[in-house]
Amino acid sequence: MRVVLAEDLFLLRDGLVRMLEAYDFEIAAAVESGPELNRALAELKPDVAVVDVRLPPSHTDEGLQCALQARRARPGLPVLVLSQHVEQLYARELLADGAGGVGYLLKDRVFDAEQFIDAVRRVAAGGTAMDPQVIQQLLSRRQAESRPLGRLTPREREVLELMAQGRSNAAIAERLVVTERAIAKHTSNIFAKLGLEVSDDDNRRVLAVLAYLDQGR
Amino acid sequence: MYLATPPDPEPNPRARRRPLGQTDAMTTIETKSGSGSTRARGLGLAAVRGLGLALVLLPGAVLCFTLSLVSIALIPIGIGLVTTPWVLTGVRTFADWRRVLAAQWCGVKIPSAYRPVPEGANPWTRTFALLRDPATWRDLRWLPVDMTAGFLTALLPAVLLFYPLEGFALAAGLWRVFADAGYVAYWYGFVPVTGQASAFGAAALALALLFLAHFAGPRLLKAHFQLTRALLAPGQGELAERVRVLTETRRDAVDTSAAELRRIERDLHDGAQARLVAMGMDLGTVEALLDKDPEKARQLLAEARRNSADALTELRDLVRGIHPPVLAERGLGDAVRALALRLPVSTEVDVDLPGRADEPVESAAYFAVSEILTNAVKHAEADRIWVDVHHAEGMLRIAVTDNGQGGAVIGAGSGLSGVERRLGTFDGVLAVSSPAGGPTMVTMEIPCELS
Repeated sequence: MRVVLAEDLFLLRDGLVRMLEAYDFEIAAAVESGPELNRALAELKPDVAVVDVRLPPSHTDEGLQCALQARRARPGLPVLVLSQHVEQLYARELLADGAGGVGYLLKDRVFDAEQFIDAVRRVAAGGTAMDPQVIQQLLSRRQAESRPLGRLTPREREVLELMAQGRSNAAIAERLVVTERAIAKHTSNIFAKLGLEVSDDDNRRVLAVLAYLDQGR
Repeated sequence: MYLATPPDPEPNPRARRRPLGQTDAMTTIETKSGSGSTRARGLGLAAVRGLGLALVLLPGAVLCFTLSLVSIALIPIGIGLVTTPWVLTGVRTFADWRRVLAAQWCGVKIPSAYRPVPEGANPWTRTFALLRDPATWRDLRWLPVDMTAGFLTALLPAVLLFYPLEGFALAAGLWRVFADAGYVAYWYGFVPVTGQASAFGAAALALALLFLAHFAGPRLLKAHFQLTRALLAPGQGELAERVRVLTETRRDAVDTSAAELRRIERDLHDGAQARLVAMGMDLGTVEALLDKDPEKARQLLAEARRNSADALTELRDLVRGIHPPVLAERGLGDAVRALALRLPVSTEVDVDLPGRADEPVESAAYFAVSEILTNAVKHAEADRIWVDVHHAEGMLRIAVTDNGQGGAVIGAGSGLSGVERRLGTFDGVLAVSSPAGGPTMVTMEIPCELS
């Protein structure tokens, strides 16, 4: 799988390249600035891009803007955005086109190589990987004003949280050490309580949950 | 020529209690408008406004002046100590009302430079704080002029508009009434009206007056406000006051930044730094244990990783407190939006900024909004908040309104007085309207240009 990587700090870029190569990714390009990233995304047609939000020369949210622009040019282009901080505002902008293939994670998540690689693969396959912090922010906000969320059992809430992060039933089952069937049951309960349409497609399901959590803002 | 009215420059007179920015305050805004109908409307408006103003200002100024004199005279026997703060605050309100009218009607900006009155202090302190303020004496010097020359200039546009009507009425036949009543001569202006011929003379004078009014009427009302400005605006001597304020705000700024640096130092020292030390130690032990006790080594490695994650979290929070990343990446508007999204309360954010302000201004504004929002959530128990951020006439204006229980004050030790100090460094002002029971509206203004 071919990856374009954009990260301006040498240490992190180097570490990420090594980690991705260790898991059999092919690094199509590892760049350190916004204009280089733009060129790499346009010319190299990678399977997935891993992008730092803040890039030179402007040191603003240049990486995010490049990613959004590339997705406008090529809808659904898988992009995993990394940052030292996560903001609901940015998550919403990434999810706005509803096309999936989007990830938004804290840089800390690279500590757990397997989880991180899993996230990259999920995004490359058109799935979603949202940082647990984003989901918690969304949940705590929605909980304050939404009755349906209050009706979820603690277990269902846990499942909802993992689902919103973009994980499949199998992954959630493994994480919570229960059977996949049990998770499927929780999932259908959650969708019934929130009044959402059940979908067999994992990606669609995640996007529906995220849209539900982020609505009305 | 009619003078443009700036769009509602200051709806809340209290917001002007401490405007410090006087650099642009002496400018007046004028636009030329040549068309006759606009001018006629301008005259009519000036006449009506002037008349209304004259009718209110005369009793108002007389009352303010008399009460002030009596109240100050009664200070030696004690009663004055209680009444003076009330009366002088009333005088300030009266003067502030005129400042608002001057800006709204004629674009004449009259800066006010009242020193803040210590809230909640004893009457003695309050009275003498007020009496020591040169602005108080300037108000008292203005009142007698206002009730005489000010009254006349305010009345003049109406007189110039309505007096000619009498001239025309005389020419149309009213002169007969006076002739029948046995007048030797009825004086219209300087024209003695004795018959139809001289009545026509009166009409000619009326026409001339009307012509004069047509061109000078609106300017006369402006002249009234310029007179007010001449007496109310701080003069050259007020530079000393300005220096005092600058010294004070500079000291506050230095104090605040020193305290911030101390806090950051402490946070780093006890937080991230300590965690990195622990991590290094754990890793050293792991090295030693690797062959002897692999299980223990694995445990320590997990611990080291946890420590590094915690150190990162602490650093992230610290950075957010120094300069929020969204502010650096996106500017004030989106930073406030991101802040609103973090609140547990439904918050509407309306931003209209065509550019970015200087970084220090953005930062001060951001932390001010952050503090006010925290107050609204924590103390006011609001369940809806509205934030409005916009830039107009060289001012960054931010209003935060919540539907909580109200009762917020800018008092010693409250978060709001910290905000006020912080904004003061940029000549910014803060106004709070928070009646018990709510709603609370906090507005701030910072003079700045956008790039």
